[in-house]
Amino acid sequence: MGVLVIAEHDNAALNAATLHAVTAAQALGGDITVLVAGSGSGAVADAAAKVAGVANVLHADDAALANGLAENVAPVIAKLAPDYSHTLATHTTFGRNVMPRAAALLDVQQISDISEVVSPDTFVRPIYAGNAIATVQTSDAVKLVTVRATAFEAAAAEGGSASVSAVEAAGDSGLSSFVGQALSSSERPELTSARIVISGGRGMQSGDNFALLEQIADLLGAAVGASRAAVDAGFAPNDYQVGQTGKVVAPDCYIAVGISGAIQHLAGMKDSKVIVAINKDEDAPIFQVADYGLVADLFQAVPALAKELKKQGTA
Amino acid sequence: MKVLVAVKRVIDYNVKVRVKADNTGVELANVKMSMNPFDEICVEEAVRMKEAGTAEEVVAVSIGVPQAQETIRTALAMGADRGIHVEAEQGIEPLAVAKLFKAIVDKEQPGLVILGKQAIDDDSSQTGQMLAALLGWPQATFVSKLELAAGGLTATREVDGGLETIKLALPAIVTTDLRLNEPRYATLPNIMKAKKKPLDSMSPADLGVDVGARLTVVKVEDPPARDAGVKVADVAELVDKLKNEAKVI
Repeated sequence: MGVLVIAEHDNAALNAATLHAVTAAQALGGDITVLVAGSGSGAVADAAAKVAGVANVLHADDAALANGLAENVAPVIAKLAPDYSHTLATHTTFGRNVMPRAAALLDVQQISDISEVVSPDTFVRPIYAGNAIATVQTSDAVKLVTVRATAFEAAAAEGGSASVSAVEAAGDSGLSSFVGQALSSSERPELTSARIVISGGRGMQSGDNFALLEQIADLLGAAVGASRAAVDAGFAPNDYQVGQTGKVVAPDCYIAVGISGAIQHLAGMKDSKVIVAINKDEDAPIFQVADYGLVADLFQAVPALAKELKKQGTA
Repeated sequence: MKVLVAVKRVIDYNVKVRVKADNTGVELANVKMSMNPFDEICVEEAVRMKEAGTAEEVVAVSIGVPQAQETIRTALAMGADRGIHVEAEQGIEPLAVAKLFKAIVDKEQPGLVILGKQAIDDDSSQTGQMLAALLGWPQATFVSKLELAAGGLTATREVDGGLETIKLALPAIVTTDLRLNEPRYATLPNIMKAKKKPLDSMSPADLGVDVGARLTVVKVEDPPARDAGVKVADVAELVDKLKNEAKVI
């Protein structure tokens, strides 16, 4: 039967998030086929064919698929999915938008945001923002699953030599159209795939003060994040938000600066390998999950940290 | 235009969730329950549309245990006009909920259905998209800005890389993100008035929908505990530990 993985991309490059779904697919067994649905997306299909462990690439290329509109992409997935034991996508905003629509077209109860494959019909997934971990078994013959990227290693982007074949798109639904996008551009690594993340909270006091964190980020090659409190206060844009309702990250090192550690923030970062907290309130809940805690005024500690990193030549 | 809003009764977001000792689920007895925070945003958005004259009627719908009627009353106190309650067991799955909503939409014929982008209990983030598929309607998920225009709507969506703007034909499905609006608090006079607003109750059988579960919960466990680490005295010690002990920088 094999496993179908839905590629996420911008028609030019394969999103690294897809590599994590490929690893989850390997845990299920069977040949792995990647679907690239886009427009002018030949480079993405070629990149998907090179991913280690991928046997086939299906390439649906149509103007209606240019912007990943769920109304046009979901029917393509729904048509292909019955030929596979499982269809997987990463639990990103793309996967969360498209996959349930395909699942309902197939009368399938999707399983969202899995963190572990127990067996081909049984999966582990966090519920209540990771405050409880559920193991669920599905009775659906066709299984649609979204995958928590941080719970599965990325498959190697090179090493495969899959064949690419064309499949038909489903046309344009005429129900929706793409107007535009405002994507944050940054030289820094992407938040969800960065090896080090430094995040600021309400304690940063202003958006301008995030420059302090950016300086550390540039010294360490880190991404910059923020708590919901900082985003709500307008200190940082929404795509910086780490937490239950924002992004889930699990870097090697997470540095929380001026973040108290609300439950909903912890939900987005507590799987990080090493957690550092800098906060002047020694009773802040963030210290209960931090491997290294520094009780200090961030406006002194962060510049001192920058100086120390420069001195030690870590950069 | 009639607007349908979905409201779910969940454990209050400020409550620390506890896993039951027998690992069958989480403790719900004697726990404060509230409206799912994303659903408060749905109600607020619909009520603002009514206040702006773009919506004529706001209907709040909840699927769940009998106490879900309290959640509907909260929506009515915020400004919804009437409520519909479909009685269902705790843990009803998103696909079944979407089917029940489809049956209600077929009866009510709204121009817009607004749902939360996810419920903070099972965090599935599926129901709105599934309902859109079952109805053959367009969907705008994770919406932080909504504008109605002739025959359609323009929605700004919060996506991983930033913001995306799409146009949808009506009728349509919208799911809300946090920054769409700030929900109002229900005032005491409005809470009193809400008690007199109409609230219909029905069963899945009345709607002709099979709500049978596809998933079996094998077990629910506590997440792996994370022990508090050490406090460091100063920045120099911190950098030393990160470099030489944790080896992450």
